[in-house]
Amino acid sequence: MSTAVEVAGVGLHPFGRFEGTTVTDMGVAAVRAALREANVGRGDFQAAFCGTVYSGVAAGHKVLGALGMTGIPIVDVEAGCASGGAALMLGAGAIRSGQYDTVLVFGMEKMPKGIIRSSFFEPWREEAGLAVTPAYFALRAQRLMRESGVTVDHLAQVVVKNRRNGVNNPAALFRSEVTAADVLASRVVCEPLRLWMLCSPGEGAAAVVLRRASGRSGVTVEAAALRSHLPGNVLGEATPMAGLVDDTFPSPTALAAQAAYAEAGVGPDDLDVVECQDTDAARELLSYEELGLCAKGDAAHFLGAGNPKMSGRLPVNPSGGLLSKGEPLGASALGQVVELVHQLRGGAGPRQVDGARVALAHTVGRGANACVVILRGHP
Amino acid sequence: MSDGHSSSAVPVREGLFTSAEDGSPRLIGGLCVACRHHHFPLLTTCPYCSAEGVTEARLSAVGSLWGWTTVTTVPPGYRGEVPFGFGVVELPEGLRVITRLTEPAPDRLERGQPMRLVLTPLHVDQEGRSVVTYAFAPAVDPR
Repeated sequence: MSTAVEVAGVGLHPFGRFEGTTVTDMGVAAVRAALREANVGRGDFQAAFCGTVYSGVAAGHKVLGALGMTGIPIVDVEAGCASGGAALMLGAGAIRSGQYDTVLVFGMEKMPKGIIRSSFFEPWREEAGLAVTPAYFALRAQRLMRESGVTVDHLAQVVVKNRRNGVNNPAALFRSEVTAADVLASRVVCEPLRLWMLCSPGEGAAAVVLRRASGRSGVTVEAAALRSHLPGNVLGEATPMAGLVDDTFPSPTALAAQAAYAEAGVGPDDLDVVECQDTDAARELLSYEELGLCAKGDAAHFLGAGNPKMSGRLPVNPSGGLLSKGEPLGASALGQVVELVHQLRGGAGPRQVDGARVALAHTVGRGANACVVILRGHP
Repeated sequence: MSDGHSSSAVPVREGLFTSAEDGSPRLIGGLCVACRHHHFPLLTTCPYCSAEGVTEARLSAVGSLWGWTTVTTVPPGYRGEVPFGFGVVELPEGLRVITRLTEPAPDRLERGQPMRLVLTPLHVDQEGRSVVTYAFAPAVDPR
């Protein structure tokens, strides 16, 4: 690509539960922090893209309104759990096209507790008891167990790994370690998924300032690719009522990863650190395969060999993932990007992956939508 | 479980399934005249190939179990009982359908077992009518 897009600054409002704090408050905190770090003020950026799902009408405007920074184009972007990644794709693309020099990208959410209610499901599907997001996750987990040698113990090990990483993340919702026995003893929500294998809907915000770079320095956005599911694909996040008997469909994640690797000119072997969607423990294992971190059918072995641990060949979710942070839908993708920018700058403290140069962020969710972002650090 | 629901029963949505009086309901799907693939529920445009020539098709009442789990927590907008079975049944038309299952115990189900379409009551509406939807129940293997 001709124009390099660099990350000028990042900011975060911690992920968790914050009684009395509005989604606008959280967005303001993250945006202010990112602008300060980038040394970018009012008038210094030409557009803003805000990823959010549940924040209502003109939510991004409300944040910039509270900061006295309206007047520029402000676009709210909704693509399910990939909303923040979609916002980043649009911002980076606008810079590459020459439309803007500097763009603010942010994401935020304040989720209700419990099973997520989604207007994606028609009222009759709710009435019939078919609007059960964790049940769709469970069917996916069962398929993975059938096809990839994954057991409930592997599912528990993903939770143990991510919760251990989350201990070192002050912006996480849960900061305590758990044992596999604890995870397996938690309530069965939808067999085989136990409560602690599912991330908690959450609150939080994240912001990234992007700008056109003359050379390659700091951290650059090498690729940001968003893809949706192919027609007829019945399982996964698309959850139509029916689809074709065909197991050869590439998933939205695989499609987005393929596009991102091509755009960035790198492959899975070039990655040093990954943040991936772990809405449930099986989702992370499936992502190993769909992102090409291991071969299809090899997720259990990849985990068992210790590869995705902090000490392993390719640490996955050093931030603790959504299992530790909770999931504020619109903020989660940019939360990953903020984590990876710290990693690539060498500033992730006790979570640092030594010598990280190339990083991948992955989100996938309802639609179905999947987004893969590849970042590179330039020492 | 309601075989052949009474006249006071209403479907959760019109157009999803036939309400046959003989107690053998059928799902109402679509068949694309261009790509010859079936879909469900019935649409006016084929969701696979975008062709507009779709004809109505009664789908097979018997399929095989592809995936299953149990819903233990009352999901949003649902007024019926828990737990209940939830899964995917594969129909001979080459279609995988997401569905309720009448059997909630996961260890009493196995992959590939024959499943038969039934109607199942969800709840009673404000007019005292039973609201019903489709589900699949374990079928006796015809062999």
